[in-house]
Amino acid sequence: MPGKAGDRHRQGQSGPSGGKAVPPRPAKAVSKKRDEDVSTEAGEGVDEWILSKTLVKPPDQLELTEAELKEEFTRILTANNPHAPQNIVRYSFKERAYKPINYVDQMAIHFSLNGNMIPKDSDEGRRQSSRLSIAAEKAPVETSAVTSEEAEIKDEENTGDIQATEKEEAEELGTAEVAEAAEAEEPPPPRVKEQKLANQFNFIERASRTLNNPMQERACQSEPTPCKNFSATANQWKIYDAYVEELQKMERSKEKEKSRVQVAKSEEVKKNGRKSTSLESQSDDITKISKAAKIMERMVNQNTFDDITQDFKYFEDASDEYRDQQGTLLPLWKFQCDKTKRLAVTAICWNPKYKDLFAAGCGSYDFTKQGQGMLLLYTMKNPSFPEYVFSSESGIMCLDFHSDHPYLLAVGFYDGNVAIYSLKKATSQPSYKSSAKSGKHTEPVWQVKWQKDDVDNNLNFFSVSSDGRIVSWTLVKNELVHTDVIKLSVEGTTMQGPEELQLQTFGSGTSFDFHKKIDYLFLVGTEEGKIYKCSKCYSSQFLDVFEAHHMAVDSVSWNPYHLKVFISCSSDWTVKIWDHTIKTPMFVYDLNSAVGDVAWSPYSSTVFAAVTIDGKAHVFDLSINKYEALCTQLVVAKKKNKTTHIQFNPVYPIVIVGDERGHVISLKLSPNLRRIPKEKKGQEVKKGPEVEIAKLEKLLNLVREPESKAGK
Amino acid sequence: MADTGEGKKEEADYKRLHSFPLIRHTDMPEEMRVETMELCVTACEKYATNNESAAKMIKEMMDKKFGSSWHVVIGEGFGFEITHEVKNLLYMFFGGSLAVCVWKCS
Repeated sequence: MPGKAGDRHRQGQSGPSGGKAVPPRPAKAVSKKRDEDVSTEAGEGVDEWILSKTLVKPPDQLELTEAELKEEFTRILTANNPHAPQNIVRYSFKERAYKPINYVDQMAIHFSLNGNMIPKDSDEGRRQSSRLSIAAEKAPVETSAVTSEEAEIKDEENTGDIQATEKEEAEELGTAEVAEAAEAEEPPPPRVKEQKLANQFNFIERASRTLNNPMQERACQSEPTPCKNFSATANQWKIYDAYVEELQKMERSKEKEKSRVQVAKSEEVKKNGRKSTSLESQSDDITKISKAAKIMERMVNQNTFDDITQDFKYFEDASDEYRDQQGTLLPLWKFQCDKTKRLAVTAICWNPKYKDLFAAGCGSYDFTKQGQGMLLLYTMKNPSFPEYVFSSESGIMCLDFHSDHPYLLAVGFYDGNVAIYSLKKATSQPSYKSSAKSGKHTEPVWQVKWQKDDVDNNLNFFSVSSDGRIVSWTLVKNELVHTDVIKLSVEGTTMQGPEELQLQTFGSGTSFDFHKKIDYLFLVGTEEGKIYKCSKCYSSQFLDVFEAHHMAVDSVSWNPYHLKVFISCSSDWTVKIWDHTIKTPMFVYDLNSAVGDVAWSPYSSTVFAAVTIDGKAHVFDLSINKYEALCTQLVVAKKKNKTTHIQFNPVYPIVIVGDERGHVISLKLSPNLRRIPKEKKGQEVKKGPEVEIAKLEKLLNLVREPESKAGK
Repeated sequence: MADTGEGKKEEADYKRLHSFPLIRHTDMPEEMRVETMELCVTACEKYATNNESAAKMIKEMMDKKFGSSWHVVIGEGFGFEITHEVKNLLYMFFGGSLAVCVWKCS
């Protein structure tokens, strides 16, 4: 019933509450009229609708008579909620009874929407209004700050740094916050209540997490102690046996002790003997080891310098074919010893018997820097360390091996002494030495040379020195006895001294060489540049004088094949080849630097080598090129180093060069330098000294004939 | 009678003679060996009748001195197969009829 009333309410607009047949229709008509009223603007379209008026009855329409239809009902509209219950009864727990409720809520909520509006006077409202007011106040401040920031930004933009502007913005915000904080601080006194409460509606959650170090697993296991298994049996008979055995051992040892005690006394006597024998055995051991050690050392050296050894033996420079006539010197071993670092190599000489052994004498050419001297004997088999080392008080200036006794070395010192070293003896002292008493030179001895044993089969050698004397030393009964052979007097310098003495100034001999065949004939080169041809027989007169050089003659040397030819070199940069019968040189070579030493090659009469102070070695072959060196090569690495001496190996195609640092460098001659001139086809290639002599003779004839013609 | 008398004498003799400590096998270092041997001798003499107490004494002393853990066997007839730490084994005879084996294995 109330539902119907409600319906009627809703449809109250229709007015008459008769049968539903009419109201719907008039409602429709009314509504349509309404529609018409409303939509009078529609106009003509509505007329079309009105035309089709038919009475439509809904199927559930109440069938009512007209009288009933016209009946009027009055309804009173109240504010009561028709849906609200009119009699509510609630159970009251207090009175434990059902009690009717008087007042029933009549409000029916059709629609509710939560609004955003909050009352001004509430807390939240006040807060918001305060914030708005602050914002409003801040706005002008902010704008000013912003403008100032903007001005700065504009300035910054010139630099074009984006990060800076970002920073600026961050700063701006910071300043804004600061300003806000400042602003907020300004009204805190009047608005204490406005402080933020951390209540459940305004809860700020902050969380942070510390950095936890990552975990790492580490495990370690110790090595288990080593264990071994052991097994045995312990029973009575074993124990018994063990004890018996032990007792026996003890008895035996007791007996030994007794016997030892008896022998002890005699043993004491023998102890010393034993010690000596033990010492001897020790020394024997050492010597045995030393030999093996020596071989080992040589082997090691050979292995270390294997490539050099191979080169020495087999390498032949193939490029020599393309080099026309030029040759090269291939550096092989470099012999050096620590002790001789400050000393210069002053003399080198090959051993006549052992073709790989050579002696290097070390001293100093410098007048002011005179120290000790060293005599080293190296072998090519061991480039690392000399075989023999002798040290002396004075620098060694020259040395010579005895041809028959290859263990004897004659040595000349800077202080004028001469000495003989014997390699057979183990001592580092010379076997025989001259002294002031025995007529040593007063100036450095520049050259010594062994001679044939004299009549009494005594060893004999000659020495030449700057004091102008050429002295023959003879080893008579273990003593050196000297005999002045010649005194190099300079011609025309005899002066009248007081008391009518004739004083003679002597020239200084710097080098000499004895003729290979003619025993008495020898040449002496002097500091003045002259070469004297002398004879052992004549002590005061020279056979001949050659005005050889402008400066001191550093070396003279007879040609090993040709009997008449000798070579000389000097500090005046020249090397000259002479025929001793002719006063003028056959060949003159200017080497652009003071020549320290010159040496003929043992295999060819036309090949010789010279070293200059600038560290170069020059090799000439007259049969190939009469005017130029076949090879000019820088031998010593550093510029400050000077090469002092050069020597050909009698057997191998090697030269050794000594330098100022105490090093001896061995070089291999390339094939071009060792060439035997080609014979014409059909003729046999002759070898031997005659060929060499003939070769040189031919050359000399070329040079000589015009001269002889000119001379005559 | 005389023979048995002599036999007894010999027994007594050999017991006397063989009573010195005789090391049968060891791989201990010198100092350790000497110390252990003396300890064993002391213990065996002290507890001549009771092997267990002697062994107990030896074991405890060894543990104290050289660390754990030691094992000791004393007896007159036994066979053994043991695993021992290297350089920590002593096997000796003592008193003519006793065998002592001391070893370390933890």
